[in-house]
Amino acid sequence: MIAQADTALLDVQRLSKTYLGRHNLADRLSGRKQTRVQAVSDVSFGVRPGEILGLIGESGCGKSTLGRSILRLHEPSAGKVVFDGVDVTGLDDAAMKAMRRRMQIIFQDPYASLNPRRTVAEIVGLPLKLHGLTKTPTEARDKVVAMVEKVGLKSAHLDRYPHQFSGGQRQRIGIARALVSNPEFIVCDEPVSALDVSIQAQIIELLTDLKQEMGLTYLFISHDISVIGYLSDRVAVMYLGEIVEMGPVESILTGPRHPYTQSLMSAVPEVDAGVRKARVRLTGDLPSPLSPPSGCKFHTRCPLAIDICRRQAPVTERVGNGHQAACHRLNENLSLLDPVGT
Amino acid sequence: MMQNDENTLLEVSGLRTVFDTRAGVVCAVDGVDVTVRRGECLGVVGESGSGKSVTFGSVMGLVRAPGRIDAGSIIFEGQDLRALGPGQMRAIRGRDIAMTMQDALTALNPALTVGEQIREVLEAHDEELPARGAARRRAIRERAVEMLGLVGIPSPGERLRQYPHEFSGGMRQRIMIAIALASRPKLLIADEPTTALDVTIQAQVLELISDIRARLGMSVVLITHDLGVVAEHCERVMVMYAGQVVEQGPTRDVISAPQHPYTKGLLASIPRPALRGERIHPIQGQVPDLIDLPPQCRFYSRCPLAGPDCLKNIAMQPAGPRRMARCIRVENAATRQEAEV
Repeated sequence: MIAQADTALLDVQRLSKTYLGRHNLADRLSGRKQTRVQAVSDVSFGVRPGEILGLIGESGCGKSTLGRSILRLHEPSAGKVVFDGVDVTGLDDAAMKAMRRRMQIIFQDPYASLNPRRTVAEIVGLPLKLHGLTKTPTEARDKVVAMVEKVGLKSAHLDRYPHQFSGGQRQRIGIARALVSNPEFIVCDEPVSALDVSIQAQIIELLTDLKQEMGLTYLFISHDISVIGYLSDRVAVMYLGEIVEMGPVESILTGPRHPYTQSLMSAVPEVDAGVRKARVRLTGDLPSPLSPPSGCKFHTRCPLAIDICRRQAPVTERVGNGHQAACHRLNENLSLLDPVGT
Repeated sequence: MMQNDENTLLEVSGLRTVFDTRAGVVCAVDGVDVTVRRGECLGVVGESGSGKSVTFGSVMGLVRAPGRIDAGSIIFEGQDLRALGPGQMRAIRGRDIAMTMQDALTALNPALTVGEQIREVLEAHDEELPARGAARRRAIRERAVEMLGLVGIPSPGERLRQYPHEFSGGMRQRIMIAIALASRPKLLIADEPTTALDVTIQAQVLELISDIRARLGMSVVLITHDLGVVAEHCERVMVMYAGQVVEQGPTRDVISAPQHPYTKGLLASIPRPALRGERIHPIQGQVPDLIDLPPQCRFYSRCPLAGPDCLKNIAMQPAGPRRMARCIRVENAATRQEAEV
């Protein structure tokens, strides 16, 4: 494990989240075991102020759970989340609420994450009200107007309802809601995945501008390597609840070390004909998190798997400046992307 | 076959599909021409609401009220599909032209096993099967196993007895492809086959479609919003915007030197690691409302090159070898691009 710079704004330490399945009386009487899904297991990383950490992985790898556990929208099962020197996992409700002013989230689905019965003014104004940030209704209205205009909507939109907006505009409303309380840290949970390409670009541009303007720090969750590669300063790659590789974006893009990162990179269809790459063909689907594979969790799909991978989980090792990976065969310098190495 | 070119499998011309709504007539597809040659893979790119799914839904005869095909002809192997009765259309749909839907979970029947769903297709369309009895049942089962094996489902014999919910997303998409391929169609229309899938699974499914196309010699129409997918799998591409085709041509040429401002904008708005630190240039604004559109270029409100002369109906114009674009500034656009380079 790599020591995080003490200047980290957010320091996640050995965070785990386990969901327990249904276990009623009948199940207990018949001696059935309770099902458990370990969605996030023993994840550690830090985010420096002003940084964008990209978190990438396929569906079901636990990236959204991780994002939500950091904000305690899902209560972590183990581990610590230290934000600006304070362990938020130990805070009581009132202190947590105060902390949430500084840590916000933008959700993936702009249709499901806005209350259909509230107007834009009410949705964006709610954080101000909850945190008592404004003294008079006029002041609140002014702040809401300023925020809404900052995200590219008009004040004429304030008294409309979410259904009157397109997907891209709704995502702007969600961004305004997250930023109105002037937070420092934002979990962006796939904020552009549900949007069309041209709208996606507009939202990415907006998020980049707002970050500069308001001095924000992002944990940017996405399954899209192009978006992550464009935006992030550092990238963490998740597979079945674990971070398998993490490092500066250039090292991850140009020299991925974990076989999963390598296959992920090679699977992205490339627009530019010039950069067509060797394709690593992964076989099979993501294993069920209900019964994760033994040893290295990637061994069922890994073209490089050997005996030890089935028996023993690899430890995370440093492979470069700020670059870490967890694989038994790191030292052999094998690469799936390089035809000679395979 | 009529005086149609031997190589042409599907020829759609002047297709206009409209939906009658309380707010007015929505013209979802307006004057679309498509040609699909035998054995080729045509990419159809566009954002939501561009009419790409409705165009091919019209080809399949799947447009239902309040939608209707208002004008145009759909010639498949020399036969006008619009002139066919429902029974004749049913004989072609699923046998000669098959379509896979974007969302496999809602497209598959949750109450039937996968085997039964493949059997339905064979029962309806396969004339080579033994007429009745145990031989027929055995032949159908063998074909079903073969199809599941073809799309790479492990132990297909056992999995025939399972229901769609027992499969993962990538598996379901493959099952839908297996069902579509069971009757060995001449044309497969794949509507966003990988949009709901993870990248590693997406690569598997797309390669599967390419492999099968090469092996069975069928034509494929790949509907997608992902230009990367088109770049890797399709020889020709057709870009749609607001119900019209705005550009078409060989994929490599269209992507390396787009002629229509919309195609350019689309390519410029894809974030890429190579563009780190640079600004991306999203197309501003939104797709126009398709109700009661005035006669003008559909891209007018978002186009950086728009001028008063764009306020009329714009026709497709030649834009290079085997290329067409719906823009009066094609020349202009081409020279401008050279100047930029």
